[in-house]
Amino acid sequence: MPKTTKTLDLAVIRFAGDSGDGMQLTGGRFTDTAAVVGNDISTLPDYPAEIRAPAGSLAGVSAFQIQFSSKEIHTPGDTPGVLVAMNPAALKVHLPELIRGGTIIVNADAFSKKNLTFAGFETNPLEDGSLDDEYIVYSVEMNKMVTHACKGMDLPAKIVLRTRNLFALGILYWMYDRPLEPTENWLETKFAKKPEIAEANKRALNAGYNYGNTAEIFTTRYKIEKATLPSGTYRNINGNYATALGVLAAAEKANLKVFYGGYPITPASDILHAMSSWKQFGVKTFQAEDEIAGIASTIGAAFAGNFAVTATSGPGVALKSEALGLAIITELPLLIINVQRGGPSTGLPTKTEQSDLLQAMYGRNGEAPMPIIAAATPGDCFFAAYEAARVALKYMTPVFLLTDGYLANGSEPWKIPSLDKLPDIETNLIDALPDGEESFLSYQRDAETFGRPWAIPSVAGLEHRIGGLEKKDGSGNVCYEPDNHHQMTVIRQEKVNKVVQEIAPTRIIGETSGDLLILSWGGASGTARSATEQLQEEGFAVSHVNLRWINPLPSDLKDILKQFKKVLIPEINNGQLIKIIRAEYLIDAVGYNVVRGKPLRASLLIEKAKEWLG
Amino acid sequence: MTEKIEFAPLTKKDFVSDQAVRWCPGCGDYAILAQTQKNMPTFGRKKEDFVFVSGIGCSSRFPYYMNTYGFHSIHGRALPIASGVKLANPDLSVWVVTGDGDALSIGGNHFLHTLRRNMDLNILLFNNRIYGLTKGQYSPTSEVGKITKASPFGSLDYPLNPPAVALGSQATFVARTIDRWQSHLASMMERAYHHSGGSFIEVYQNCLIFNDNAFESYTGADKLENVIELKHGEPMVFAKGTKGIKLDGFTPKVVSMDEFSLDDLLVHDETNLDLANIISNWTSHPILPEPIGVIYAINKPTYNEQVDKQIETTIDNIGPGDLEKLLNSGDTWVVE
Repeated sequence: MPKTTKTLDLAVIRFAGDSGDGMQLTGGRFTDTAAVVGNDISTLPDYPAEIRAPAGSLAGVSAFQIQFSSKEIHTPGDTPGVLVAMNPAALKVHLPELIRGGTIIVNADAFSKKNLTFAGFETNPLEDGSLDDEYIVYSVEMNKMVTHACKGMDLPAKIVLRTRNLFALGILYWMYDRPLEPTENWLETKFAKKPEIAEANKRALNAGYNYGNTAEIFTTRYKIEKATLPSGTYRNINGNYATALGVLAAAEKANLKVFYGGYPITPASDILHAMSSWKQFGVKTFQAEDEIAGIASTIGAAFAGNFAVTATSGPGVALKSEALGLAIITELPLLIINVQRGGPSTGLPTKTEQSDLLQAMYGRNGEAPMPIIAAATPGDCFFAAYEAARVALKYMTPVFLLTDGYLANGSEPWKIPSLDKLPDIETNLIDALPDGEESFLSYQRDAETFGRPWAIPSVAGLEHRIGGLEKKDGSGNVCYEPDNHHQMTVIRQEKVNKVVQEIAPTRIIGETSGDLLILSWGGASGTARSATEQLQEEGFAVSHVNLRWINPLPSDLKDILKQFKKVLIPEINNGQLIKIIRAEYLIDAVGYNVVRGKPLRASLLIEKAKEWLG
Repeated sequence: MTEKIEFAPLTKKDFVSDQAVRWCPGCGDYAILAQTQKNMPTFGRKKEDFVFVSGIGCSSRFPYYMNTYGFHSIHGRALPIASGVKLANPDLSVWVVTGDGDALSIGGNHFLHTLRRNMDLNILLFNNRIYGLTKGQYSPTSEVGKITKASPFGSLDYPLNPPAVALGSQATFVARTIDRWQSHLASMMERAYHHSGGSFIEVYQNCLIFNDNAFESYTGADKLENVIELKHGEPMVFAKGTKGIKLDGFTPKVVSMDEFSLDDLLVHDETNLDLANIISNWTSHPILPEPIGVIYAINKPTYNEQVDKQIETTIDNIGPGDLEKLLNSGDTWVVE
């Protein structure tokens, strides 16, 4: 039977299987290959909080979605067109999101009576015809295939069966005309010490590819050309790694050593892992006994002259709140990263959410303002971390960087920045008594930034004491005077306000005026951008602005908002930025709020936008 | 980290800050402060290399009165803050001043973990067995039945035994002293200073206002009857040589020196953990004298040394980090 090839602009595929089926690995390989092929990509790993829920259970299903395209894309896609389901539970969980007419590739060998019952199927959907009308189903006996492929290798059956994810990957590589070499090379490196495992996986991969090529059932393959991206050297990067690299780059640029104090928490732990692997850069990591000790140690390290960083997620921020107040009143440079996840309480540890914005704004006792910056894409986490560090060191203040579970684990092609093009980083370090001072004034401020001098222990003549009690402006001595407290309260707010001078002019996607402005922040940026582009194509007067700094807000935002009849704010929360925007600008903005632990869907945001576009 | 550097010798005055001391008149803290300011110059180290870190409580005001670098932080968190200071700059001599509430109640978790890591900090725990700054509630070291505003019918909590907790946390230096035993206090601070690793000193400190005379039997006229000064390698005698301590199996007994000779007595060995565990349980004992001195001291690599060593070893093995190279690692591709 002849095979035809169709060219597409983009595709969205989802791999789903048991936690032990290696779906994150499979998705990761597909992503790296798509990146190397030159597609624009955006990924969404979606895994359970349980490490290994019972095999075959609905709770144990782990998935990985990728959108890849020959055009610029901003999201991992709303709904997949192809679903790889390695067992009945994976099919059950993910079928509802597959588009009508989509393709399903299943491992038929996993559809045993036991697994079907466990997944809640009364009859086998591969046999009862329930899928046939709406989907194209490829039922492949993957266990049998890999067993055949690894024949003569003298490996235990259990090991051989573990390669079936590579078999599925091979089919997808055939379907989308992808090279096998990057994955084969990766397998060889990964299993350098176990060449027989590398070999088995390579055989499974090739068997899958060849199966696609020869099996009569597959008739069409798809071609997705290279995307036109700005010139440069690229790599694929996820948000947590980009964040960690941004921290390291900032420290190098500021000529400081990184101190990272933290406590393991999903989905922020990968930042700790990256940091602790960088001993050759002199990075000191301290896995503390709890979240409070994590931030307390960074405050101590900041006092002693390191670039101090901590990363956590919402529950950890709650525990660190009192110490953040201490960092604010002692005016020490500190970077605190919140990789937001579903809440409240333990909530949804492995899912994404944007519900900690107001916690970052107001979640401390007293008047305790902090600058807040939010990353927009996985690769942007690098630049947002760098920018947050730059402001922290220049203004002598803790800075909040908000990312989220989707940005942290999602990935995209990233144009590797050149270090000498990154902005310089100033610090307030001093090594002698400033001219004209007889005794050291630890709270004597810089007029432009309100930053105070950073005099670190071991510098002679600048011995001073800081702490959590109110300070006398100038001397930094403990001071209970009412007027001084008022003045210091104003100064601490004014210092945050001054950060506005660091904010670049706001970038508007689309016209500078119109019927609707979609105003986003953080991880919702991609969805907002996609929705805006589609609405614009349909002829609507819609523009998009993504906010990078939320505290302070950019100085030009007020005028921008005025140029639109309506402002729509999509957020994965009950409406947090909208409260700030309404309070700040007294405008009747409307929200689009869906809190499912997943990125917002562009198609639904478009529907919402159309309600206001008439 | 105790190598001597040539510079003009310092005096007590150099360590006195310009801030008015605000403890209650007669507070035991005055004696500890004076002794610290007097002691620091004798270590032969530059003033700018000392850092005093504290949490919250009466004792935690201490850093304001020392003319060194200082950090008066938040309740219970002095130890992790001091850990950060020490890790960032291991050449500093970092001192933590804390109290029974600060270190053992709200900061209890940090106390365990800082000691188990053997972080090279000098920890002075002023134990007055009461909450002073909040005006007199019972503390985690208060005796059972304590009548306070928060326990008008008597407190129900059994107290913690700080040296026993420290030993249980794998501390490498555990000592006890008393605010009014000035020269003893000075010698304990000196030992702590020279100890490489986490040094824990419990200082019995009198709170004149809310718990006066809590340690009267160890500081009053018959103090020598009630206190035993531990000395490494020496038999355990007290009460001016009239009484001694002898082990009966695992059980220590007070014996009269009229009936026994020095050779019969238990000999203190500060490197013996089993012995240290036994001694730590003499705290507030109905029969045995209160032990003061170095209960336990051993050498073990410190956390901060090892952090630096891992960095050095890595750089030796793979060379210093190259950020440009790191950014460009993994699968990369060029878009023309």
